[in-house]
Amino acid sequence: MSAAKANSLRSGPDERGRFGIFGGRFVAETLMPLVLDLEKAYSDAKADPAFQAEIDFMQRDYVGRPSPLYLAERLTEHFDGAKVYLKRDELNHTGSHKINNCLGQILLARRMGKTRIIAETGAGQHGVATATVCARFGLPCVIYMGTTDIERQKPNVFRMKLLGAEVIPVTSGTGTLKDAMNEALRDWVTNVESTYYLIGTVAGPHPYPAMVRDFQSVIGQETRQQMMEREGRLPDSVVACIGGGSNAMGLFHPFLDEPSVKIYGVEAAGRGIETGEHCASLKGGAPGVLHGNRTYLLQDDDGQIKDGHSISAGLDYPGIGPEHAWLHESGRAEYVSATDREALDAFQLCSRLEGIIPALEPAHALAFVSKIAPKLPKDHLMVMNMCGRGDKDVFAVADHLGVTL
Amino acid sequence: MTTRLDKRFSRLKAEGRAAFVTFITAGDPDAELSFSVLKGLPGAGADVIELGMPFTDPMADGPAIQASSQRALRSGATMLKTLELVRRFRETDNETPIVLMGYYNPIYHMGVETFLTRACEAGVDGLIVVDLPPEEDDELCVPALKAGLNFIRLATPTTDDKRLPAVLANTSGFVYYVSITGITGSASPEARNVAESVARIKRHTSLPVAVGFGIKTPEQAADIARAADGAVVGSAIVDAIAREIDANGAIKSGAAERVLAFVRSLADGVHHARAAAAE
Repeated sequence: MSAAKANSLRSGPDERGRFGIFGGRFVAETLMPLVLDLEKAYSDAKADPAFQAEIDFMQRDYVGRPSPLYLAERLTEHFDGAKVYLKRDELNHTGSHKINNCLGQILLARRMGKTRIIAETGAGQHGVATATVCARFGLPCVIYMGTTDIERQKPNVFRMKLLGAEVIPVTSGTGTLKDAMNEALRDWVTNVESTYYLIGTVAGPHPYPAMVRDFQSVIGQETRQQMMEREGRLPDSVVACIGGGSNAMGLFHPFLDEPSVKIYGVEAAGRGIETGEHCASLKGGAPGVLHGNRTYLLQDDDGQIKDGHSISAGLDYPGIGPEHAWLHESGRAEYVSATDREALDAFQLCSRLEGIIPALEPAHALAFVSKIAPKLPKDHLMVMNMCGRGDKDVFAVADHLGVTL
Repeated sequence: MTTRLDKRFSRLKAEGRAAFVTFITAGDPDAELSFSVLKGLPGAGADVIELGMPFTDPMADGPAIQASSQRALRSGATMLKTLELVRRFRETDNETPIVLMGYYNPIYHMGVETFLTRACEAGVDGLIVVDLPPEEDDELCVPALKAGLNFIRLATPTTDDKRLPAVLANTSGFVYYVSITGITGSASPEARNVAESVARIKRHTSLPVAVGFGIKTPEQAADIARAADGAVVGSAIVDAIAREIDANGAIKSGAAERVLAFVRSLADGVHHARAAAAE
């Protein structure tokens, strides 16, 4: 390895798909040739300027990028500390950052000649984004979604159906995101010839964690440029919520080699990490192997996977992207957590002060911002990724607040 | 070194018949019935036993084996209890090979070296770990071979001739050919396609080739036994176990005997397959 590369935190993964010990390709033999094909197809596409040009065009005219970097004046005033900017990825078409990745992958699936798309979804944001690009490019779309999540994310289920997707309820396990992912893998192993598995987060077998990160890195690249234009310097800290960790990885990656930028990932502490009912894989889990990669997982003494709990369906996953596991162990990023209650408070605060109803996922990030921003100097530039809007959550939030709609 | 698997397959070859390979999940539906079935399998005609290590997220398995894993875990199955079943089995049977089959995480969590030591002590002969392709051989495959265990790899319809050598490189004991692209217990394979695929694999290896996924009846088992060195039946046996649980979740009396009678009917299919073909 060259000296320049040895100093970079942005050169991973290695040729085996590893970030340190994390990542890899832990899949059944039936899938292994497909995973190798995908790796090759993606590396060819990455080197093809026409592919990037197509993504750029669609990002601008279809998704609405770049998303604004918005100075949240009233939150800043309220915290009376750090200057808080919101990266407005909730303004994207479909209402979250998920579309960034879906667009890249659907264009890749087309290049590969695949004729059917499958995906898993938790909160339904990735399902909606996948159904959207499938509608746009005329490909049949099957979305696996746990029955628990279907119940708490009804608007998104209907949205997917309107977009022409077939939503298949998954009853196994606790009917949440991990079970949906198991079922999607079972579909893929059965329909290997025709089907492209459009994974929604920076997890799964190599090359997914790196590929999804690359497609999401537009968030951090824009942030960097916008902050330079606005303040003439880099931010002092960046903050994002983490389920699988795709919005966070997209924000963090362009800043990994900038030691002056502090990086915070916010996991879902559910009812509190001490209660055991949470989704904080790094804080409350241990390294293990699931869904094609080695990473931190919620598991018991026997290596059985435990179901997480979070008020947010999008964070309700017992694992985390392998690159986050590596950034955690290397200390480059700091991983913290916010509880259901703290997220609900932040959800309401943001709605009232900024006129922005956040999704429950970034409400976790905001909950952490509300803890540290008041302690920081006024010239501290903080960017939080507002990765999704809260329309989908209003029913669930009303329920938690004891309001009947 | 010659393992129980090697000895068993060479004996069967000398006898001119195919191996009947049975799968059950350890601790399904509870430790006692599971042990009774396990202990009775050789007598019911099983030549090789695959014992499933229960896992919460069996991604390559269909509904039957998923449910069996859940039943086992609900009744308190753990990796240590799975190994204990093997140890008890070995008290009275030192010849029938036992292959543990499952997923990597519970092994990784126990620690590879600890697991291998305990598996060898218990009397395990081989491992099939679904989510460890040859690309990850240094994780468990290489240490397992060093510890004297066989590492049985799955080959599938998507494993082409270019990839087969890599898949077979560290495989020992036998090759498990997955006859369909899909999960366990789903569509049944066409015997003719299976024969062609087995021939293709045999051009690359001298190891016995056993075929599984989707074999449900004695007739299908017999068809496969004519085409391959072994026929693997899992979901159908696991379903037979599921039928022994009543509406209240209690195990019916005489459960083990009925499950083993079903196993016997499959074994007869396999064992008489070639004799019938020769007539």
